Amino acid sequence: MNEIKIVERDPLYVVSQSSVNPKTIRTGKLIVWASFMLMIIIGTVQGLYTFEKINFGFSNWRPLLYAYILWAVAIGYSRVLIYGERGKRNLFVFPAVMFIISIVIFPILFGLYISFSDWNLSSIDGRKFNGLDNFYQMLADPYYWNSLKNMIYYILAVLVEFVIAFLLALLLNTQIRGRKFFRIAFLIPLMLSPVAVSWMVGKSMLEQRFGPVANFARWLGWDTPTFFSNPEIARLTMMCMDAWTFIPLMIIMLLAGLQALPKEVLEAAKVDGANKWTMFKNIIFPIMLPVSLTTLVIRIIFKLKLADIIIIVTAGGPGGATDSVTSFIVREYRDRSNVGYGTLLSFVYLVLIIIFMTILIRFVNRWLQRAA
Amino acid sequence: MASESSIMNNNLVEKILIYGILLFWTFICLFPIYWTATTSFKTAASVTQGLLIPWVDFEPAWKGWKNLGLSPDTIFTESNPREEFFARFFNTALISSSASALAVILGSFAAYGLSRFNYKFGFMRNPDISFFFLSQLILPPVVLALPLLVLYRELDLLDTHIGMIMIYTLTVLPIVIWIMRDQFNAVPIELEEAALVDGASVWVSFFRVVFPIVLPGIASAFILCLILCWNEYFLAALITSTDAKTMPVMVASQISSQSIKWWNMAAISLALCFPLIVVAIFLERYIVKGMAAGAIKG
Repeated sequence: MNEIKIVERDPLYVVSQSSVNPKTIRTGKLIVWASFMLMIIIGTVQGLYTFEKINFGFSNWRPLLYAYILWAVAIGYSRVLIYGERGKRNLFVFPAVMFIISIVIFPILFGLYISFSDWNLSSIDGRKFNGLDNFYQMLADPYYWNSLKNMIYYILAVLVEFVIAFLLALLLNTQIRGRKFFRIAFLIPLMLSPVAVSWMVGKSMLEQRFGPVANFARWLGWDTPTFFSNPEIARLTMMCMDAWTFIPLMIIMLLAGLQALPKEVLEAAKVDGANKWTMFKNIIFPIMLPVSLTTLVIRIIFKLKLADIIIIVTAGGPGGATDSVTSFIVREYRDRSNVGYGTLLSFVYLVLIIIFMTILIRFVNRWLQRAA
Repeated sequence: MASESSIMNNNLVEKILIYGILLFWTFICLFPIYWTATTSFKTAASVTQGLLIPWVDFEPAWKGWKNLGLSPDTIFTESNPREEFFARFFNTALISSSASALAVILGSFAAYGLSRFNYKFGFMRNPDISFFFLSQLILPPVVLALPLLVLYRELDLLDTHIGMIMIYTLTVLPIVIWIMRDQFNAVPIELEEAALVDGASVWVSFFRVVFPIVLPGIASAFILCLILCWNEYFLAALITSTDAKTMPVMVASQISSQSIKWWNMAAISLALCFPLIVVAIFLERYIVKGMAAGAIKG
């Protein structure tokens, strides 16, 4: 069972003679085990040193990282030694897999371990296991539920963004002059750092005494234009700022879809005398459905990470009205530096996201199948 | 005759409407940049009056740029803020370009392998491996942030360039794989088969035959990664403190501390955005191509 079985014929199929002699196979296995043992030894020594069982060791855990890298390289090299040409194919996917395992899977396991503990990074006591206490604390934490509720509002705002982006993409797809200029201009908000946007728009243009938007609002007849004191208005303002940054992404994706529409169908509809609205309703929108849904899903994925502008502009205020889950967890960590509780909150969020995205994608697929 | 002129009128109204909406949105997109640029040349009095047009409403001064050490009269003199600024600029450039390069290398290899060979790692077949990579996209950074913070502390990677490069590579890797998968699927396999029949190994044929064809795709993936890493704030704020501090973190820390110096903040925000605005203007084609790749294929 040493061979990786070729399950089906590869798309790129090559007949290669596998002339691997037993000696290289033995060398291959040897270096994997040797580097693995090295990693275990370093890990054990460092573990014993950290818990003060022995009095020699390294000043930090970094040697373990080097040993891991060595081990990963050894596995990769041994694939080539053992399987020859077929081993070289594994090397395409292997580095990315090892990288993700080291920096995602391992921290997630580690995070699960610390989320059941009372661990304040600034206190000397260190980590204390406290079972499900964090979970009960979360159930009774109104601010966490409030931030989840805000996320629902933020995600619903994606629909409005989608309508605006679709309209602009349709307009960009008509026969217009200077399309390149408009495309670049529309793209620019996406290029700007959320930090800069927070200052440029959030702090400066929305300044209630002399910001241009406030002046404009006053000119329209709103006497006291304050954008961040009323909870509803503050949330709406954050939605608008986020929309401003991300509508370009949706425009580009939808425009790409519009440009790939089959020309013959549109021409035929025009010959049959369909007007613009019926053409949109009966032809463009149905054909665009897959692209539209992909765009929405991607936009929602980005929306779920919403944090930067909220942290900088409102810090969740007033009274948590603009909090996203991420900004709330960050505040929880900054104010009380309780890593354990913060980690638990973020893991609960991850579970909710996975459930939500699974349902969403299943729903999208079913809708697409019915439409097709 | 009458109906013809009404059609003409309709067309004209439609044209005006289309251009009106487009110009209105252009205004919305560009006005914040205009406002920031002009504010960086304002004095205290012209800021608090909310004046808009330079030379007409107010006389521009080099105020914001002088504090940053970038105005004509300070550019050749010693300036601490400028030193600080360029140190952060260099950090950002180094971290984001290395992370993007690493992500493009790892991601292209993985995408190529997945589009050409059938793998079986344990129970995982190709679709499972693809899903494993792409599912990283929905992982919010906050989930990794706190465990990584503790882990980095133990590994002595806090506030180091390497640590930042690793985490940024991770955040953009799924995007690279997504884009490059479509790129490789579009390359006809016969080309490589010809090379392989001639006796080249898979890696040689990858570099000699496939790589030149997908180079534009790689460029757009790289640029997209660069943009995302350049602007990233959340993780940088947690992990860096002095040595590896990036520009967004520097700017954000100034927002809270010196919100009164409007001209200063305007100059520094503009400096943060300027490189990417230039990228957007000259490399728009690649950016659009990269994003469109995800939309069409789904």
